[in-house]
Amino acid sequence: MPDDLQGRLVDAAAAAIAANAEELTALDQAIGDGDHGINLNRGFQAVAETRAALAEAPLPEALQKAGMTLVMKVGGASGPLYGSLLMAMGKSAETPPGSVADLAAMLEAGVEAVKKRGRSDAGEKTMLEVLLPVAERLTRAGAEDVAAPALLAELRAIADQGLESTREMQATKGRASFLGARSVGHLDPGARSSQLLVHAVCGVLEEEAG
Amino acid sequence: MSERVGIVIVSHSADVARGTVDMVRQMVGDEVPIACSGGNPDGGLGTDVAGIQQAIQQVWSDKGVAVLVDLGGAEINSEMAIELLPEEQRAKIAICNAPIVEGAVMAATEASGGSSLDEVRATAEELSP
Repeated sequence: MPDDLQGRLVDAAAAAIAANAEELTALDQAIGDGDHGINLNRGFQAVAETRAALAEAPLPEALQKAGMTLVMKVGGASGPLYGSLLMAMGKSAETPPGSVADLAAMLEAGVEAVKKRGRSDAGEKTMLEVLLPVAERLTRAGAEDVAAPALLAELRAIADQGLESTREMQATKGRASFLGARSVGHLDPGARSSQLLVHAVCGVLEEEAG
Repeated sequence: MSERVGIVIVSHSADVARGTVDMVRQMVGDEVPIACSGGNPDGGLGTDVAGIQQAIQQVWSDKGVAVLVDLGGAEINSEMAIELLPEEQRAKIAICNAPIVEGAVMAATEASGGSSLDEVRATAEELSP
């Protein structure tokens, strides 16, 4: 990678999680077990330690490697969830993506893996409230002629809306489901970390698109 | 066949995991292979995929391994750990839907008599609502 795109994606993702780890943990203390920020930060710092290898590997392989690191290092449910997302994205592509449609297909495969791993779907106050609409928009964009900057801005906005939509939802999955109706009124920490990662990736791709 | 189903305890807490193993050893004895993984890779509260895999290998038996877990992250990390093992092992590992301490004692009691993995799991799961 002459412009170090993959390395910069690793940097951006790890920095976004590190900078917001305390907030993620605070959100999780409200409705979960209070370890989301600590766990994800541990995982993404471990990914950042392998930056050099990830920057050089073909994208499908790099995604699988990063996913496996998250699985092994996070220590909470978000490890297998984010790990499965990245590993499935990597596995779904035999060659690095050459178009928006290719990227969309990878993300769809990743989101499908998250659903399966968490036995969850839309409307259950999880990271899927962010990932599903982002993947859906990207898939539609694959068939459209939309300029990259406009699309990236749209994806950021969709991620924000998805996150905000979790506030009024009642959790039926994960630790937050123990709270029942008391989970209403709080943002979902997993949706917040997904939204942060969508913004991190969009930021790098915006630099790329110039 | 003298081989017995192995038992693996996966808890967010290393203390809970070790304590559960102690209870099983005292109540059921040493003839059932039992191992545990408690805590995250840094030793804090959480679960550890590599540690779970290690515990499974430690008690591996051709009759299979029954896994007892505490809260959500322990289950999803155990599922992940099992999926990453060789296919011939995966089919012989069952995560029991049972309370961790009581389920472990019930499962080990059943396993000590030489029961199959399905029987061990069914006995542990009798405790579930």
